[in-house]
Amino acid sequence: MIPEMGHYALALAAVLAFTQCILPIWGAQSRDARLMNSAGPLAFAQLLALLFACFALVYSAVVSDFSVTNVFENSASTKPLIYKITGCWGNHEGSILLWALILALCGVAVAWRSRGLSSSLRARVIGVLGGTSAGFLLYAVILSNPLMRTWPAPVEGQGMNPLLQDPGLAVHPPILYAGYVGFAVPFAFAVAALLEGRIDASWGRWVRPWALLSWCLLTCGIALGSWWAYYELGWGGYWFWDPVENASLLPWLTGTALVHSAIVVEKRESLKIWTVLLAIATFSLSLSGTFLVRSGILNSVHSFANDPRRGVFILALLGLVIGGSLVLFAWRAPKIASGGLFAPISREGALVLNNLLLASITAVVLIGTMYPPFADLLFGIKISVGAPFFQSTVLPLTVPLIAAMSIGPLLSWKNARLGPALLRLWWVALIALAVGAFVALRWKLLPAAAFAGAVWLILGAVAEIQQRAQFFRVPAVVAWARFRGIPASVFGSALAHAGFGVTVTGIAAMSLASSVIVSVPVGSVQHLAGYDWKLASIEDVPGPNYASRQATIDVSRDGKLVTVMRPSRHTFDVQKQTTTDSAIHTMIYADLYAVLGEEHDGNAVLRLYYNSGAPLIWLGGLVMALGGLASLLDRRLRVGAPARAAALAKNEVPAA
Amino acid sequence: MITRRHLWALAPLAVAGVAGVSFLAMLNRMKTGAFDPHAVGSPMDGKKIPDFTLGGLDGNPGFSSAEIVAQGKPILVNFFASWCLPCVAEMQTLLALSQQIPIWGIAYKDKSAATAQFLQRYGNPYRRLAADTDGLTAINFGVYGVPESYVIDKTATIRARYAGALTDDIITTQLLPLVRREA
Repeated sequence: MIPEMGHYALALAAVLAFTQCILPIWGAQSRDARLMNSAGPLAFAQLLALLFACFALVYSAVVSDFSVTNVFENSASTKPLIYKITGCWGNHEGSILLWALILALCGVAVAWRSRGLSSSLRARVIGVLGGTSAGFLLYAVILSNPLMRTWPAPVEGQGMNPLLQDPGLAVHPPILYAGYVGFAVPFAFAVAALLEGRIDASWGRWVRPWALLSWCLLTCGIALGSWWAYYELGWGGYWFWDPVENASLLPWLTGTALVHSAIVVEKRESLKIWTVLLAIATFSLSLSGTFLVRSGILNSVHSFANDPRRGVFILALLGLVIGGSLVLFAWRAPKIASGGLFAPISREGALVLNNLLLASITAVVLIGTMYPPFADLLFGIKISVGAPFFQSTVLPLTVPLIAAMSIGPLLSWKNARLGPALLRLWWVALIALAVGAFVALRWKLLPAAAFAGAVWLILGAVAEIQQRAQFFRVPAVVAWARFRGIPASVFGSALAHAGFGVTVTGIAAMSLASSVIVSVPVGSVQHLAGYDWKLASIEDVPGPNYASRQATIDVSRDGKLVTVMRPSRHTFDVQKQTTTDSAIHTMIYADLYAVLGEEHDGNAVLRLYYNSGAPLIWLGGLVMALGGLASLLDRRLRVGAPARAAALAKNEVPAA
Repeated sequence: MITRRHLWALAPLAVAGVAGVSFLAMLNRMKTGAFDPHAVGSPMDGKKIPDFTLGGLDGNPGFSSAEIVAQGKPILVNFFASWCLPCVAEMQTLLALSQQIPIWGIAYKDKSAATAQFLQRYGNPYRRLAADTDGLTAINFGVYGVPESYVIDKTATIRARYAGALTDDIITTQLLPLVRREA
């Protein structure tokens, strides 16, 4: 009964989403206040209906109701409870439902947090979100229904992909999706602004917090995904330039550009058309990423069940959402007046440079990812584009990006001089060069340059704060007062830039990592990176729905025991699939990483890694996201501030 | 009036349109099987093997393309390396397969001591063994990565290429039927 009710709720949500799209937008066009005001309640009703549909799916999974096809295909009664719940969004149908749920949440959040927004813009934004929801829900109801029944009801389920039975995967998809879907709000604002035909500073102030929040979530989501690949796949790498990874990187790159260009709109009413295009592009790339991953067009190690019928439907949906918004863009954007002028050397100029570089990196990654299927389609050649291409193209673009990241924040708006800004960074440059020279002499040139860049970024962020606080130049009390007076958004951007520096440090150090692959009997000792790794024993350990072989490795340094590592290999009962469970001992500046491979003739294959800097890669992502959150706390962006600004704008300019 | 601004504003739509039409074409061809992003093609299919002469391990004789031509019966040429983990996994399969078809091994970009140690540890399925230390022969074969195997028929023509480790499934459903047809 519950699944049927959930099924009904899903259909109801689809209908409500359609209404949420049509009524408010129609109301905004015909200036009907009642229709415009229906936006909020409709968004709320859609969310309630979807929450019930999700509850129905989770309930069916928890009670192991295998008459529900989705539960039968992805669950088993022996599966631990937590994975029965998280498994609901680990498969195609469930993930689309989660996607729609987050989109509905966005609609309610906009309705709730936007009381100061002009009623027509608010109605249009919620309407556009409703339209996007409607498309996805229609798809869920027709082609990807998670609550379909199967008859006769099977006794036992098929179990989920063992790789997905992992705590990291329980939180990774919701965070990543929240990031993807969150960009629907800036997208909706962009489309609504094009419908209104008017963009001003307050628009920028409204868009930025949503873009920032989504950016933070996407940053965390990508970092978590990379971390999961690192510890679960057991290859010891953290980024493989796999098409699926690139699909998540692309909206992150344009989203980063959007977060920066929205500042220019807000402060100077410039770059408006470009920012609208970025908002559309970011959400379009999020959507296309999902489509490409699920359609099977991209050749990836991550596989999803694909069905060409579904692919055509999603493509049509994308055509409607992306094509529609771009038609609107082509029609309305040329009419939007451009704003304030600025000199090339200025804060705006630096932000434009940031946007140019990020857009170039996006283009390069996009071409590298899409070239193989296009070459196959057009010329019938099979090629693969791998890490060497991306490394040799993205790296040269990152160098000027890093160089400008520390200088940009020191420039003043409108018109600045480069000389004084560079003078303020002399000590940063000196330390960066010293660190670079030290690394270059001990190891290699490329990591040395990366280390220097990282120092430049982290200390550059410190220099930005110092420029405002003036510690040691003015009396300590005054400096402290100035420090306290620095807006949260400045701290936020400094923190985010420093976080990127931490990630660069990690990547640079990781290129100096060392590893061995050996086939050894129990009792033997390996030497790697100054540690002695002793294979103490290998034994069988039973698991809840798998059998496992676990090795015990005593790692010691100079005779002192550092840690005991227990890498293992699981064989899952239902799927007859084997996964490796690597053991990681993390020390912040480096990881000890061990994987147990096959065994024969009393020898076991061990893969041992000393991954210097690895934890810093994800720590940097976290710091970046924290920087974004700090920026969100800024007084300007808090509730009420945009409302007051909008009210002010309304008083100054009579409504057109 | 259409200005340059209008044309620029149309550009994103044009890009998205081209991408959309191409994706539709890919999806349609995927349904008919004409488009398979997972397939790895080989330009060498149906061509004679490239000319090469390779040395063996530790002064032992290697083999040359002329010797394969002189065989006059189907063989399997397998590129492997001691530094490649899937090759370790493939060894058991190759040992079983060596009962059914002669396997000639080429150690790709490997040190001869490491190769010898590798074969001693995991078994030696190879009838003949050669070392391609500079990887030039592999380039001429169009090797995609290691392990990689080529079925070569009695006229020394490449009939099939399998990139990645051979599995029992590939051997029973594709490789052995092909060899039987060619023999």
